[in-house]
Amino acid sequence: MTPFGYARAADRADALARVGSGARVLGGGTNLVDLLRQNVEQASELVDVSRLEGAIRESDDGGLLIDASVRNATLAAHPLVRHRYPVLARALLAGASAQIRNMATVGGNILQRTRCMYFYDVEGARCNKRQPGAGCDAMDGFNRYHAVLGASDQCIATHPSDMCVALAMLDAVIHLSGPDGERSVPLTDFHVLPNATPQTETVLKPGELITGVELPPPSAAVTHSEYRKVRDRSSYAFALISVAGGLAIAEGRITEARIALGGVAAKPWRATRAETALVCVAPTPDAFLAAIREELVGARPLSGNGFKIGLAERTVVAVLGALAGARA
Amino acid sequence: MTKLQNAIIGGVRAVLGHVPASWLPGGTPDPLIDKRVSLGGQQSRIDGPDKVRGAARFAAEVPMENLLYAAFVHSTIARGRIADLDVSAAEAAPGVALVMTYRNAPKIGVPPPIGITNLKAAGNHTLPIMQDPEIRWNGQVVAVVLAETREQAEHGAALVRVRYDAAPARTRFEEGKASAYTPESMLVERNRLDKGDASRKLAEAAFTIDAVYTTPWENHNPIEPHAATLVWREGKLIVHDATQMVHGTAGSLANIFGLKAGDVHVSSPYVGGGFGAKGLWDHQILGAAAAKLAGRPVRVTLSRASMHRLVGGRTQTEQRVALAADADGKLKALLHHGYGVKPLHSVCDEGFSLTGRSLYASESFDVVQHYVDLDLLANSFMRGPGETPGTFAIECAMDELADALGMDPIELRRCNAASRDPVSGAPHSQNAMMEAYDLGAARIGWDRRMAKPGTRREGEWLIGMGCATGTFPFTRMPGTSVRITIDAAGGAHVASAAHEMGMGTATVQRQHAADRLGLPLDRVTVIIGDSSLPFASFAGGSSQTASLAAAISAASGKLATELMRLAGNDTPLAGLKSSEVEFADGGLRSVEDPARHESFASILRRSGRGELSVVGESGAPLEILKYSMHSTSANFCELRVSEITGEIRVDRLVGAFDCGRILNAKTATSQFKGGMIMGLGMALTEETLLDERTGRIMSTSLADYHVPVHLDVPDIDVLWTDIPDPRTPLGARGIGEIGTTGVAAAIANAVFNATGKRVRDLPLTLDKLI
Amino acid sequence: MSIRVNGMEVLPPDDARVSLLDHLREHLHLSGTKKGCDQGACGACTVLLDGNRVLSCLTLAAQADGSNVQTIEALAAESGALHALQRAFIEHDGLQCGYCTPGQICSAIAMAEELRRGDPSYVTLDLAAGPPVVTRAEIRERMSGNLCRCGAHNGIVEAIEDMLVETAA
Repeated sequence: MTPFGYARAADRADALARVGSGARVLGGGTNLVDLLRQNVEQASELVDVSRLEGAIRESDDGGLLIDASVRNATLAAHPLVRHRYPVLARALLAGASAQIRNMATVGGNILQRTRCMYFYDVEGARCNKRQPGAGCDAMDGFNRYHAVLGASDQCIATHPSDMCVALAMLDAVIHLSGPDGERSVPLTDFHVLPNATPQTETVLKPGELITGVELPPPSAAVTHSEYRKVRDRSSYAFALISVAGGLAIAEGRITEARIALGGVAAKPWRATRAETALVCVAPTPDAFLAAIREELVGARPLSGNGFKIGLAERTVVAVLGALAGARA
Repeated sequence: MTKLQNAIIGGVRAVLGHVPASWLPGGTPDPLIDKRVSLGGQQSRIDGPDKVRGAARFAAEVPMENLLYAAFVHSTIARGRIADLDVSAAEAAPGVALVMTYRNAPKIGVPPPIGITNLKAAGNHTLPIMQDPEIRWNGQVVAVVLAETREQAEHGAALVRVRYDAAPARTRFEEGKASAYTPESMLVERNRLDKGDASRKLAEAAFTIDAVYTTPWENHNPIEPHAATLVWREGKLIVHDATQMVHGTAGSLANIFGLKAGDVHVSSPYVGGGFGAKGLWDHQILGAAAAKLAGRPVRVTLSRASMHRLVGGRTQTEQRVALAADADGKLKALLHHGYGVKPLHSVCDEGFSLTGRSLYASESFDVVQHYVDLDLLANSFMRGPGETPGTFAIECAMDELADALGMDPIELRRCNAASRDPVSGAPHSQNAMMEAYDLGAARIGWDRRMAKPGTRREGEWLIGMGCATGTFPFTRMPGTSVRITIDAAGGAHVASAAHEMGMGTATVQRQHAADRLGLPLDRVTVIIGDSSLPFASFAGGSSQTASLAAAISAASGKLATELMRLAGNDTPLAGLKSSEVEFADGGLRSVEDPARHESFASILRRSGRGELSVVGESGAPLEILKYSMHSTSANFCELRVSEITGEIRVDRLVGAFDCGRILNAKTATSQFKGGMIMGLGMALTEETLLDERTGRIMSTSLADYHVPVHLDVPDIDVLWTDIPDPRTPLGARGIGEIGTTGVAAAIANAVFNATGKRVRDLPLTLDKLI
Repeated sequence: MSIRVNGMEVLPPDDARVSLLDHLREHLHLSGTKKGCDQGACGACTVLLDGNRVLSCLTLAAQADGSNVQTIEALAAESGALHALQRAFIEHDGLQCGYCTPGQICSAIAMAEELRRGDPSYVTLDLAAGPPVVTRAEIRERMSGNLCRCGAHNGIVEAIEDMLVETAA
C-alpha cells in the first residue's frame, strides 16, 4: 500500500469536492482496501462516504430509493425489499459473507472489480485491465470463472456482483452526482464491455459519485422473482453462473419475463432477447430453453469455461420453471 | 542411500521375524489398555478456556521491543538469474530499516533435510537461501524488507525493482513425466513391488478394472499464517515460531547459522493449524538472517500469497490402478502405478503407492511410483501423505470393481480383507477393518442404498451413497522424551518439546500421566512446545501421541525405581523390588498387597527431596518392522447431486475407525471429523491452481482456494471399534491423519451411485457432472 | 474523535493505511482478534463494530473512529467468567487449534442478534415471512463467512445451538 490520506466526507458536497480533487471513494472497503493492499490500485487520498446518510425510502411512484451508502445487509433485510423485490434480497444474501454484507455499501458493490486471479497478481501476471496493452494471461490460463458473453480479445473478466444482477433485472437506475450536476444511468448501461479498453469498466466520469439507486415500482414479474446462484462452494464463493428471474403469467401465457445473468460477462447481463422470446408464450421448459438459447447464441467459450453455457441454460430453465410452477 | 536403506530395513525385518514378540516394544501389553480412569472419557481440552478468550498466544503475537516487520519480494520467474536489482527506492521509503538481498545476506548453510536419520533436521528442501542470484522456483524470495511498521515494510517491498534473465524452466507435469525418476525406496519401503505375476493374472482374470485417477496440487491453508518473531541475544537466536517441529527447527537453524545446538531456542506453545505445513521453510531462515543483519528483532507474518509461494503443498498425482478378480470377487492382482511431483531439491515423499500394499489380500502385486522433477517449490507432507491420494485411487477402483462384479462394495472388501500383511506375510498387530465397516454401515443405514446408480431422486436431486476404506500406518518416533517431575506435594509435571496444533496433545497426555501415575487429573500438569524441554520428534505421521506415551511409560518405570531407592527401608514398601510395585493413589503400592502403600509426598519428605525428576524416552520402534501395524477406517457418505447444476451437497458422513484404543472420546472425535472435513474439501473443491506456463501458483488466496465452509459440512458421525492394539502404548494407534484418507473416494463413489457418472479426477466440481 | 475499544477510548493510528485488525493486534496488543488471510476471505478477524460483525482486516482503523469496537477480549465477564457461548465451545469441542475461534465466537454472537431481529439468509425459504426458523442450515449459512481448517464445524454449530436455546429460555 502506498501511503494515503483519509478523510471522512462530512456530507455529499464535501465528498464531491474531495472526489473532484482526486480522492478515491471508499465505501465499506471490502474490495478497495484489498485492492490497495495488493497494489492493484493506488490512491493518495481516500474519501470515506460510508457514513453519509444511508436511507431506503419509497419513491413517489411506488418504487424504492436507496442511498449509495446503505449497507448490503441493511438492504437485504429491509421489509420493502423482501416483500416487493425478493430477487434483490436473495441476490444480496447470496453475496460474500454476513460480515462483508455488513460492511459493503450499495455504491461500492456496483463499483467492485473483477476477481480474475491474473488481475490480482500485480507482480507476476499480465493484465490489460491493470496495464493497457500488457496482454492477458487469463486468455490461455485459468479462465473457468471468466466471461462467455461480451468478452474481447483484450479482456475476459467477469463482474463479480450478485446484487447488480438483480438490479439489472429490476431496471434499476443509478443516480450520479458530479461536477456537471446530477444524472441518471440505467444500471444495464452503467457497466461497459471491455472491447479495446478493458481498463474502463463503467460510464462513471472523473469527479462523479454514485449517490443512489432507484428501483421502479415492482411489476408483476418482479414481485414473483427469484435469484439462484451456482458456485463451487455452497456459500461464500463467487458465482460461476447466477440467474435472476421473474415471471408473470396470465391465462396460461407469459405476460412478462425478466431474466438477468451473472458470472457470464464483464457486466450483469440482462437477457433481453430471451425475455422478448418468452412474451405471450406458454411457460414450458422447452420455451424457456429456446429463449435462453437465443440469448446465448453469441456465447463464446474459452478453454476452461465452456460448461457455463449449458449451465446457464439449465439454471435459467430451472429458475423460470420453479417460478411458473409456484404461480400455477 | 536408498538402496542401502532398503537393505538395512530388509535385514532388520528378517531378523525380527525370528525374534520373540515379548522381546520387542509392546511385547507385554500396556496395563493401561484396561486400567483406565481418566483415559477414554470425554475430557474437554485444557487449553480451551485460553483459546476461547483469545488469550492463547501465537507466534506473531509475542510482544517485543524495538521490533521490525518483514515483507518479502518474490521472484516472478521459475528459473534463471537476477539480472538487475534496484532496492534504492525501497531503502529510501519511510520507515524502511533494511533491505536484504543475496548481495548483503549473511552467509548461511542449506537446510538439513527432514528425515528419519536426523530427527533434529526439518528442511523441506536443500537449496541455498538468498546466497546467490539464481532463481529456482517461481515465488522464491529475492528481497526481504524490514521496516518499523508492517505497512511500511509492505510498501517498501512493492518498491523493489527486479529484472531477470529467464532460463528455460521445467514446469509442465505431462512433459516432465517423460523424464520421471524412480526412487529405490518410498519412506521405509522398497518402491518397486512385484509379487506373484500380476501381469499374467490381469490378462487372465474374469473381471478387471483398469483406470487412471488424478488428484490436483493441494495446500494445507491453516488459518494461522506462518509466522515467527525472532531475536538474537548475545549470539543466540530466539525464535517464537508456529511449528510442528520445535527441535527440528532449532536444530536446523543452528546448523544453517553455524551455531551450537543449544544456541537456538524455539518456542511454539500454540500452532494455529499445521497439517504438515508448519515446518521449516525459508521465512524463519530469512527472518533470522535479516534480524542478524539489522541487529533488531524481526516479526515475519506471511501473507496468504507468500504462504503459497514459500510453503509447499501436496503434489498432484496421476495414478493408474488395475484390479483383477475372479467371479467371486477374490482379488487376483493389484496394480498401482503413478506419478507425483518431487523436485530433486525436495525432501518429502508422497507415497501414494504404499496404500494398496496392506489393505487387501490380493494374490499378486505390481506397484511402483515415479517422480517428476520440476522447477517448482518443494512439495511437502500434507495430512495423510501418501494414503490420502492413494486411497482415492484404490478405493474408487474397488468401487468400480464391485460395480463390474455386481457385488455390494462392502462385500467385495469383506471377501478380500487381509488376515495378515498380504505382501510381507507379517501378522497384524491388530486389525478389525470389517468390524469398522459393520459399525459404519449400520449407522448410515447402508441397506437403504440402491445398487443401481441413478435410481434415487428427490426433485432435482439425485441421491447416492458410497463407502471407501481409509488407512494409515502406525508409527512411533524414537528419541521422543519426557521429563516427569514429582513435586513436594506429590503432584506430577510432565514436560516435553511436543506440539499442540489442535490435537489436544497436553490434554490427552495429562490423562495418560494421571492414569500411569495413579493420580487424579488435577494433580498433573503438562507443558509442551519449547526446545528447552526434553527432545520430542515432530508432530507428524500420526506418531506424536504414541511416542509421548512410550516416553511417559518409560519415565514412569524410572520413576518407580527412583522412588523405591529414595523410599529406603523405612517404608511400607520395604523389601519390594520396583517390579513388585505399582502406581496408585498418588504413590506406590505393592501389587501383591495393596495395603502396603506410600505416597509420593511422603517418600520425598522422608528423603529430604523437594522434588524428583526423571526422563524417559521412546525407544526404537522395532515393533513396526515385525508386525503389520495399520489403522483402517470405513467411510460412508450420503449425498445429493443436482441434476440441473451438478452441484453436490453432502448430507451425511460416517467414519468408523479401527485405530486401537481411543484415549479421549471428545478430542478424538474432533480429530477424526477434522480429517474427514479435509477429505471433504479434497473431494469437492480443493485445488491449487499452478499455471504451468510460468510455474506460478495463481490460487493464492482463500477466496480462490476453496476450503469447506460451514454450509458444506454436514452432521458427521464418528464411531470406533475401540479394540486395543496389544503392541502399542495404551493400546492406541495414531488418529491424526487417517480421518482424511478414504473420504474423497467415499464421496466420489456416492456420486457414482447417485448419478451413474464416474469422475476420476478431483475435485468433483460441478462442471464434471453436467 | 477516538475509537472505543472494549469500553476504552483509544486514538486512531497516524498512518491511515493501518487496518483495524493491525491496530488491535500490533498497537493495542489485543491479539485475541486473529489475522488469517488479511483479505476478507476467512473471517478470523471478525469483531463487532457498533454491534455488527465486520472484518477488521478490511476495515481501516480510521473508519472505526467514533465507533464502538468489541473484541473477543471483552466477551468474558470482568470476573473472568466465560460467556455462555465460550463455555459451549469448550463443552462441544468447537475448536481445535483455536486460531479461528475468536472470530467464530464474535461472529456467532452477532449472528444471534441478526436472528433475533428476523434478518433472512440465503437459505431462508420465504423471505417475506417473519423471523426465520432456526435450523442447522440457517446457522451454517450464516456462519459460512468463518472458515475453520481443523474441522470443528459440528462442534461450533452445536455450541451455537446451545447458546440460542439458552438465550431463548
